[in-house]
Amino acid sequence: MTEEKYILRVENIKKSFGTNEVLKNVSVNVKKGETVCFIGPSGTGKSTLLRCINQLTIPDSGKIFLNDEEVTHAGPRINYFRQKIGMVFQNFFLFDHLTAVRNVEIALIKVKKMKPAMAREKAIFELKQVGMAEWAEHYPAELSGGQAQRVSIARALAMDPDIMLFDEPTSALDPELTREVLEVMKKLVQQGMTMLVVTHEMGFACSVANKICFMEHGLIKEEGTPSELLNNPEFERCKAFIGEFREYSQ
Amino acid sequence: MALEILIDWFPYLLSGISLTLGLVAAALIIGVGLGLPLALGQVYGSLPVKTVISIYVWFFRGLPVLVLLFLFYFGIFPAMGLDLPAFYVGAVVLGLWGAAYQSQVFRGAIQSISEGQMTAARSLGMSRFQAIRSVILPQSMRIALPGWSNQYPEILTESSVCYAIGVAELLTRSSQIVSQTYVTMPIYLACAVIFILLSYAGTTGIHMLEKKIAIPGFGPGGS
Repeated sequence: MTEEKYILRVENIKKSFGTNEVLKNVSVNVKKGETVCFIGPSGTGKSTLLRCINQLTIPDSGKIFLNDEEVTHAGPRINYFRQKIGMVFQNFFLFDHLTAVRNVEIALIKVKKMKPAMAREKAIFELKQVGMAEWAEHYPAELSGGQAQRVSIARALAMDPDIMLFDEPTSALDPELTREVLEVMKKLVQQGMTMLVVTHEMGFACSVANKICFMEHGLIKEEGTPSELLNNPEFERCKAFIGEFREYSQ
Repeated sequence: MALEILIDWFPYLLSGISLTLGLVAAALIIGVGLGLPLALGQVYGSLPVKTVISIYVWFFRGLPVLVLLFLFYFGIFPAMGLDLPAFYVGAVVLGLWGAAYQSQVFRGAIQSISEGQMTAARSLGMSRFQAIRSVILPQSMRIALPGWSNQYPEILTESSVCYAIGVAELLTRSSQIVSQTYVTMPIYLACAVIFILLSYAGTTGIHMLEKKIAIPGFGPGGS
C-alpha cells in the first residue's frame, strides 16, 4: 500500500462557516520530510485547512490521519495529536506574560510534565536552534516581529512534533525580518522536518517545497513540483497568480 | 475637654478597626473566591450556567447592601435555620455582594485577552483547563488588578452598613461613644480619619503589588 508512506493524510475535508463554504473537498497527502506549500489568493481556505489538520477548526466532514492514526474524532486525545503537530501563526501568539524561554518551556512542563530543569534545558536548546538564546529572558513586547516568530517556532519545535504547520509565518513581517524567519524554516527543511506552509513567499516556496498546492475557492486547483507549477501551470487562475508574482519580483 | 474624651475613648474606637478590616478581608476573600469562578462560568460556561450567573449578578447588584444585609440577617439565614453572629452575616453578605461586582471586573479582563492566546495554548496540546490556568488567568488577573483594586475602598466604606445589624465595627463604636459622651464631631471625625487612612494604606499596597507583578509591554501596569 502506498498510503503507508504518508505521514499525513487529509481526506475529503469540507468546512463551512454558515453559508460560506470555505473548504469544498480537499485531500492532500504528505510524506515524511516533505515540504508542501499552499499558495493562492486570500480567503481560499488555506489557513482553515491548516487549522483543520490540528483540529483548531473542526471540519464538517472528511478524515485526517497522522501516522495512520485518525486525528479527526480523537476526543480528548486531540491534545496528544496537537503535541505531534506543531503550529506557527501569522501573528506569533506568544504568551505575552512570559519571557521567551518561559514561552518555550511552559507546554513542556504543563503538557509533557517535564521537570522544570529539563524543560529549561530543552527550551534553551530550541532557542539556540532559532538563534534566540540571547533573548531568552526578554518578554514578547521587547522582541521584534522576526524574533517573536522565531521564538514561536522554537516553542512549537520543543514539543518534538512529527510535522509543522506554518500559517503565513512571515505575512506580518517586513522583508528583512521575513528573511530571518525564512532562514530558520529553511534550516528545518534541511533537517528533514515535515512541513506544511501557507505562504505568499513564492521565492521560498519555489526553493524549498517538494510540492506546491494552488488553492482557490476552497479547492486545491492545481498541485505539482515548483518547476511544474512555475513553468507550466495548467490552470488559468494559477497562471495569472504566478504571473503577478513574477511581475512584482522583477 | 472633647480632646480628652477622644483620647480616653480612642483605644475602644481603634479596636473597631480589627472588625472593620475583618469584614473587608472576609468580603474580599469571598469576593475573589466566588467572583473568579463566576467570571469563568460566564465566559466559558454553558448557557444554563451563564443564565444562573447572570441572575446572581443581577440580584446582588440590583439591591442596596443595607437591604441585602436585612434580608439575610432577618430573613434568609434564619429561614435556613442558621443563627449566625452579626459579624459573619455582614462578612458573607459583603462577600456575596462584592463577588457580583468583582465577577464583572474579572469577566471583562478575561474577555480582553486575545483569542490567539487560547489558540496558541491549545495548539501546543494544552487542555482548555490548562490553557485557562497557565495562560488566560495569569494575564487577565494582571489586567483586572487596577479595576479590582476599586473593590477595596468600596467594600471598606460599605462595611459601615454593618452598623445596622450591630457589628461592633468603627462606625458602631463611634456611635456608642457619642451616645455615652455626647461629644459628636470629634468622634465622627476620628472615625472618618481612620477610614481614610485604612483606604489609603490598602490602595497604596495594591498599587505596589501592581508594580511588582507588571510585565514589560503587557497590560495597564506594563511600560
